[in-house]
Amino acid sequence: MARMKFLCDAERCIECNGCVTACKNEHEVPWGVNRRRVVTLDDGVPGERSISVACMHCSDAPCAAVCPVDCFYTTDDGIVLHDKDLCIGCGYCFYACPFGAPQYPQKEAFGVRGKMDKCTFCAGGPEEDGSQAEFEKYGRNRISEGKLPLCAEMCSTKALLGGDGDMVADIYRERVLKRSSRPQTWGWGVAYKADS
Amino acid sequence: MKLTKKRDLSPDGTTVPLKGILGSAIDRRTFLRRTSLAVGGGAVAGALQPVMMRRAEAAAGAAGGETEIRKSVCTHCSVGCGVVAEVQDGVWTGQEPDFDSPFNLGGHCAKGASVREHGHGERRLKYPMKLTGGKWKQVSWDEAINEIGDKVLDIRKRSGPDSVYWLGSAKFNNEQAYLFRKFAGLWGTNNVDHQARICHSTTVAGVANTWGYGAMTNSYNDMHNSKAMFFIGSNAAEAHPVAMQHILKGKENGAKMIVVDPRFTRTAAHADQFMRIRPGTDVPLIWGMLYHIFENGWEDKEYIRQRVFGLDEIRKEVAKWTPDEVERVCGVPGDQVKLAAQTMAENRPGTIVWCMGGTQHTIGNNNTRAYCVLQLALGNVGVSGGGANIFRGHDNVQGATDLGILSHTLPGYYGLAEGSWAHWARVWGVDIDWLKGRFDSGYMDTKGVDEEGTAGIPFANPMNSAGIPVSRWIDGVLEDSRNIDQRDNLKAMFFWGHAPNSQTRGPEMKKALETLEMVVVVDPYPTHTAVLPDRQEGMYLLPAATQFETYGSVTASNRSLQWRDKLIEPMFESLPDHTIMYKMAKKLGFADELFKNIQVNSNDEPLIEDILREINRGMWTIGYTGQSPERLKLQLLNKHTFNTTTLLAEGGPCDGEYYGLPWPCWGTPEMKHPGTPILYDTSKSVADGGLNFRARFGVEFEGKNLLAEDSYSVGAEIQDGYPEFSADMLKQLGWWDDLTADEKAAAEGKNWKTDLSGGIQRVAIAHGCAPFGNAKARAIVWTFPDRVPIHREPLYTSRRDLVDKYPTYEDRKNHYRLPTRYASIQAQDKSSEYPLILTSGRLVEYEGGGEETRSNPWLAELQQEMFAEIHPGDANDTGIRDGDWIWLEGAEGARVKVRAQITERVGRGVVFMPFHFGGWYDGKDLLDKYPEGAAPYVRGEAANTAFTYGYDSVTQMQETKCTLCKISAA
Repeated sequence: MARMKFLCDAERCIECNGCVTACKNEHEVPWGVNRRRVVTLDDGVPGERSISVACMHCSDAPCAAVCPVDCFYTTDDGIVLHDKDLCIGCGYCFYACPFGAPQYPQKEAFGVRGKMDKCTFCAGGPEEDGSQAEFEKYGRNRISEGKLPLCAEMCSTKALLGGDGDMVADIYRERVLKRSSRPQTWGWGVAYKADS
Repeated sequence: MKLTKKRDLSPDGTTVPLKGILGSAIDRRTFLRRTSLAVGGGAVAGALQPVMMRRAEAAAGAAGGETEIRKSVCTHCSVGCGVVAEVQDGVWTGQEPDFDSPFNLGGHCAKGASVREHGHGERRLKYPMKLTGGKWKQVSWDEAINEIGDKVLDIRKRSGPDSVYWLGSAKFNNEQAYLFRKFAGLWGTNNVDHQARICHSTTVAGVANTWGYGAMTNSYNDMHNSKAMFFIGSNAAEAHPVAMQHILKGKENGAKMIVVDPRFTRTAAHADQFMRIRPGTDVPLIWGMLYHIFENGWEDKEYIRQRVFGLDEIRKEVAKWTPDEVERVCGVPGDQVKLAAQTMAENRPGTIVWCMGGTQHTIGNNNTRAYCVLQLALGNVGVSGGGANIFRGHDNVQGATDLGILSHTLPGYYGLAEGSWAHWARVWGVDIDWLKGRFDSGYMDTKGVDEEGTAGIPFANPMNSAGIPVSRWIDGVLEDSRNIDQRDNLKAMFFWGHAPNSQTRGPEMKKALETLEMVVVVDPYPTHTAVLPDRQEGMYLLPAATQFETYGSVTASNRSLQWRDKLIEPMFESLPDHTIMYKMAKKLGFADELFKNIQVNSNDEPLIEDILREINRGMWTIGYTGQSPERLKLQLLNKHTFNTTTLLAEGGPCDGEYYGLPWPCWGTPEMKHPGTPILYDTSKSVADGGLNFRARFGVEFEGKNLLAEDSYSVGAEIQDGYPEFSADMLKQLGWWDDLTADEKAAAEGKNWKTDLSGGIQRVAIAHGCAPFGNAKARAIVWTFPDRVPIHREPLYTSRRDLVDKYPTYEDRKNHYRLPTRYASIQAQDKSSEYPLILTSGRLVEYEGGGEETRSNPWLAELQQEMFAEIHPGDANDTGIRDGDWIWLEGAEGARVKVRAQITERVGRGVVFMPFHFGGWYDGKDLLDKYPEGAAPYVRGEAANTAFTYGYDSVTQMQETKCTLCKISAA
């Protein structure tokens, strides 16, 4: 069985934010909720590198481990999803997540958090595939349509790769060999464990 | 099966994603849901705006909601990324990656990945509007066209046709661009221009005068083959993000990447070498590199002997640029310059890329020529992996330039001479004498004589003299009319797809906008024009459709033409630009002449295909003749058959063609020329897309041969240089009888540019020859103010110590109809009052003046405030902290209020601002001056408000990359 993975090639990411607006376009998430963001390190000085960050769909997801209502589940493809009907917006997952993936609607400054929202790997949620309820809560379900996440499909420089982990690894390995330099991945080891 | 997503109405009937943050909004899916309910639910329909209701009812008839796939091309930058739209019931419901496009292979930047928002259009200009008593009032199209037309005709009567300015757009498709230039010609003026003037005009002039055509020589894809890539004044990662896909692939293939820029850009972050130059010192840097190339004998001597003219004069100038002098002027240490020179010499073929950082200077034409000379010396032009990869800006700025929305030329760079008008009059089927009568032919008898009876400025026939360029329209309004080489000042302006915040000198612009008798904006958005002036009357906003709501061809930076489908019908009351042109021409009384060869449909929409066919019949100079609508449509269906490096179709219906039939695509469509993927590439025959340098400047100069020597394209029967083809030359060569009888009749007395049958081109190519001759490229341009490209300090320079040695030009009395100042401005020392250098550039999220992209919530969220980048040292010196509001004042006193962003991205002493913001002036948000509901989500000060006087000596390109400023806490 394929395991779905994201990988951002920091040698290729140019911080164009194509992945961010592709996600907004596809899921129509509201202003202020960013399932995917581009983070730039050493901005403006030599060594500057950017990486696109979203839920990494971890092998042993820390968010799931800490969730008091156990709203997370992992699909057979290795995609980490959650049930918004169970979510109580406590924010524990936000503390647990090494990638800052969980997002909360900005309703008021000191109010209760709304239901957590995060990247679904374009795989929707527990509602029926392609249903309107699923779209409203989780966005479009591309996986059920046989498509991969739009952010990766639309990446301007093919820096962001998303899909079957074996294929992602093959593509990336070929690039690294061609560059004949050390791999400059981001997040892979943390999310998927070094040996997976 | 494709799943469609439909949702029930939420209980309150308003599922509004942006509510509470952005005011009410209706997203496209909500709209779709409502339309599907409109069948049985009158109550729901009642919630719709009137215009949407009409659309909703129309959509309701087509029940079922099958998803259709339609294809277009991104309307932002010039890479030409394919856009795939999913359309249901006429509503744009989804956007998919265009994996078949050889240009983007599915990739998009932030702008491209968000174009579906055009189908929401929440902040669009929705109806024709008129300013009445300082308030915007909705009017009908008929009312607007009638009132505007009456006023324009009145101005024509009083002040002549030159007092109306037609400012066109790089956002037009090719057919609209061509029609617009023709429109201005038939109106009787050359006061017509577009964004190319202020983006790459110095490139077009400099490069065309060096080797023939002023366009990108190779392609983005061809950079896969480069061994070295030299970027100067180009920040591709932000301005052409998808180009980076090809650039980084080239880098992974082993290419060395060098970036030269005053800023450490996001592109520089990926480079092997970065050199930070002082703004405006491109020529010294290039000559500094050539210094090492010549000193070490790294130049390609055989290539130079065969194909380059005048390099010896360059050597003399280059010899002055010792490493010490280069460091003194540019600020780049000598060993770095040498390293770059060595990298370029040892890694051939190498390509050079430049953009606005090089072009937008008073010596922009010198910069572009210096870049070309570097490539010529290395033998890098006309080879795969080499070339001058000049990245154009807007999606169709290449096409709009080619089709001549320019004040100094007609479509196809034919110029404005008698013969040029005669050529186009023949193509248009209009009487040349009638055409002459449209111009202000009486002007020369009535104007220009002062009290003493002497002429103030040289007279020129308005038909044959370059009109006022967009960079200077302000002066066309405000300058004393006695100093302008036309009857009267500009009285009315049409901003037809053009943001004024892309032009400099804010306070004067505001005054000019208030002085004009009438201002007309034709645009999908109100733009900065609508809010900048304090006016009560005399202003109209006409809603134009976007390119996703019409169809036609568009030319990418690499000269490839792509066909766009219409994705959706024009939204609200907007109309396609060519329909508006028809309505206006009809009102102004020359629609019959304008559309003589063009069918106009019952809805007043001229047939795009007919316009392209007319283009095909006239654009012989640059080979826009082979790209018929049929050929382009066939390619649209077979994008996937093209190789993503060579752009050659391998098999399939387009077998042997290059993607987009990159111009020149010689001869008639029937000739099936494949297009020219790389200009001046002699390794292929002309029939297969090969070429050599153009014989454009005569056959000899100062007694020396200008034609190529022992160099020719593969298969040429003339195995040496030769002049451009004409009927006489065919006869001399004994090839005349290769023409058919019909071709002979058409070709008699004509040349390759004016033979409407295409016979001369066909026969030349049949004998393996380039129709435009075979000459050397020239490293010197004797028709320009600086024969050899030399360094001149900017008008507002911080280096007063260099002014004596590198002074600017003398003031000129009449350049493009206007007095143009140089030395008198440079003479004022502003450097102590304004100690910092000010430069500008792009952000990836926004495009051009930014109104369209700042109205897109998916983009606007990513860049919410206008800012200036300031070096920590300068910030500390002025007591400014990161995130503070500051006043930035330009050297002419105009000021803008922006956020301070403290960063080492800029060097000490340099301040950078992005130019996409607008909707603020003098520290104030002009939100209340927009028509209701049509203000962009993000507004900010226009950077160019603070930019100052300064124009290129050849093209009137504005100087926006180097002036002076001061900053203080606000």
